[in-house]
Amino acid sequence: MERQGNAPPDDLPVALAAEGAHGPVIHAANRAARLNGIRAGARVVDMRAICPELHIDYANPQGDRAALDRLVLWARRWCPWTARDGTDGLVLDTTGSDHLWGGEAAMLVEIETRLSLLGLSAGLAVAPTWGAAWALARHGGVRRICPADGVGPALAPLPVAALRLEAETVLLLQRLGLKTIGALAGVPRLALARRFVRAELAGNPLLRLDQATGRLAEPVSSVQAMPRFRVQSRLAEPILDPTPYLPALCHDLCTQLRDRGYGCRRLQLVVYRTDGEVASVTVATSAPSRDADHLRRLFDDKLERINPGFGFDLITLEAGGVERMDIVQTRLAGGAEEGLELSRLIDRLSARFGPRAVTRPVLRESHVPERVQGWTSAMAAGQAATLADRRDRPVRLLDTPEELRVLYAVPEGPPAQFIWRRQTHRVARYAGPERIAPEWWHDRPGTRLRDYFKVEDQAGRRFWLYREGLHEDGRGGDPRWFLHGMFD
Amino acid sequence: MTCISSSIVARSVSGAVSGALPATGLAKTLSEVFPATAVDAGAAGFVLARIPRSSLPVLWVQDRLSGKEAGRPYLPGLGARWPILRVDVTRPADVLLAMEDGLRCKGLAAVIGEIWGDPPALSFTATKRLALRAEAGGIACWLIRRAASPDLSAARDRWRIASLPSAPHPHDPASPGAPRWQAELFRSRQSRPGTWVASYDRAADRVDFSAPAPDRTLAEGDGASGQRAAG
Repeated sequence: MERQGNAPPDDLPVALAAEGAHGPVIHAANRAARLNGIRAGARVVDMRAICPELHIDYANPQGDRAALDRLVLWARRWCPWTARDGTDGLVLDTTGSDHLWGGEAAMLVEIETRLSLLGLSAGLAVAPTWGAAWALARHGGVRRICPADGVGPALAPLPVAALRLEAETVLLLQRLGLKTIGALAGVPRLALARRFVRAELAGNPLLRLDQATGRLAEPVSSVQAMPRFRVQSRLAEPILDPTPYLPALCHDLCTQLRDRGYGCRRLQLVVYRTDGEVASVTVATSAPSRDADHLRRLFDDKLERINPGFGFDLITLEAGGVERMDIVQTRLAGGAEEGLELSRLIDRLSARFGPRAVTRPVLRESHVPERVQGWTSAMAAGQAATLADRRDRPVRLLDTPEELRVLYAVPEGPPAQFIWRRQTHRVARYAGPERIAPEWWHDRPGTRLRDYFKVEDQAGRRFWLYREGLHEDGRGGDPRWFLHGMFD
Repeated sequence: MTCISSSIVARSVSGAVSGALPATGLAKTLSEVFPATAVDAGAAGFVLARIPRSSLPVLWVQDRLSGKEAGRPYLPGLGARWPILRVDVTRPADVLLAMEDGLRCKGLAAVIGEIWGDPPALSFTATKRLALRAEAGGIACWLIRRAASPDLSAARDRWRIASLPSAPHPHDPASPGAPRWQAELFRSRQSRPGTWVASYDRAADRVDFSAPAPDRTLAEGDGASGQRAAG
């Protein structure tokens, strides 16, 4: 899908490339390139040899998918039930809505005109089933219309690839001599069913044929478009500070959200400057919210970051991440719920210090102490941590273990004395060792094992030390000692 | 909440400090804790032991230097006593802001702040704000001050905590057992200052205070500080 505005001329061969197993491969090509023999799926270096003037650009599958999702909602102008079909198509259930456009033929002309105004070229077809429409749109003629009883004859001359089959199945059918759908339909059902008894839907020609002819139902599941919530404030004179207008904007937006039963997780404030520039501030919440006071407070320190230039005369506030939010019963005695209070605290702290500063611990399956605990943003939904391991562990862990200088009492044993941060600690009591081996599926080869000791020094401070490696374990020189944590 | 805190037993026996129960630290107000050495985790252990088990989270605010020098909280060692919400900020002023924001929230078990050194932001006014906010919200607020001097502050209780040699291990005499701390309440609004040996009973989730054992480590700085007037 070419982006609007910078589409290359049609007579220039252009292809989009995607990363393949052996270097970039052609993802899609325009008409001039296809005429030059460029095929999708071939390697870019081979195609450059065929067509030296080929212009290569990188494909953007996520962007295409997002654009297609927007197009799905845009296509609701013709019928209320639309869905995305794979990575390159739309399916519209036009049952009962074609007469609004003056019949199916007129509707197809209207759709093609509208899409070409957007800069998109499309192959269109109308058929009684999804499968037949897919086949005719891609392999049939221009704007084919298939009557309700003419599916079989309309599909018969098309190649078997029009049945939405995998490449291997298509190849297999061609080797069997079944080149067209008509030839496939002529084979006895029992033979086909026995041959493809274990195949999945995408590799099963019989099921796909049944879908195309309507013997097997294939419902279209349409996505629900989220409503957009946006308020704006037009000003008579350019101003430099949006703060006085923010409470009214928040209040209006939250009233809209409440009336429709929604809450938002993001708010974007956009100011349109008189010199044509646009500046914006975004805040986020950890749970959907429509509390005007709370949302306004999230903007507290952020409005100063807007560069007002010579002033702005239009402010808009738009809700993003809109979710359904039902009214919940709070306490009879009044006062807010604790969970709600907490999510608001997280919102306030994240808005002030950034979402990465506010974290909660998560436990992971590991034996290596620093990997057991990770920190995730508190904005993300978290699950309660469960502790399975009841072994003695320090209450504080250093980010990076700090190296010690050690005086041994016995070889391979605990230290008798160690120097950490230029202070000498004499070991009075110790427990250990607890051996923790490296995780070979994680660590680089050559990582040494660790022997952990819990030691108590002469003043009663308790530390967690470890010796990295053993004497003559073949993984480096003498073992080194580190301090990893402190006990309470 | 009140029923939990009343289950904590504070025992103080005999000697110069008899009758001076340190249980007032359980009040929902601002308490300051000064570790004997900057990286002593005993202070954090004492504070954690004073916060009763709860399903509500604890807000833990650290400035950059505290996190780097004295380590991060480590969940496998803390156990699942309460959920933790950690805020990592750079400046001491931001620690105070985040703590004050947390004290405004009803859904927290406690607020812990860690500040390294004596920053100018931590003035008498700042501590007074925290204390008043904690008393208004009814949330315990603990300020751990590492490498700091106990200068002017509005904290209602001020503790000096040092690690003591641990209790004997029940099975192995050579290994350290349950932690013990020397807890010195050197300034308190509600109760008489004093010095105790504190230990944490993990099974019953309570802190036991007992009179200091007359050994060499305690004999030096004892007594005089205990007589200091309460403000």
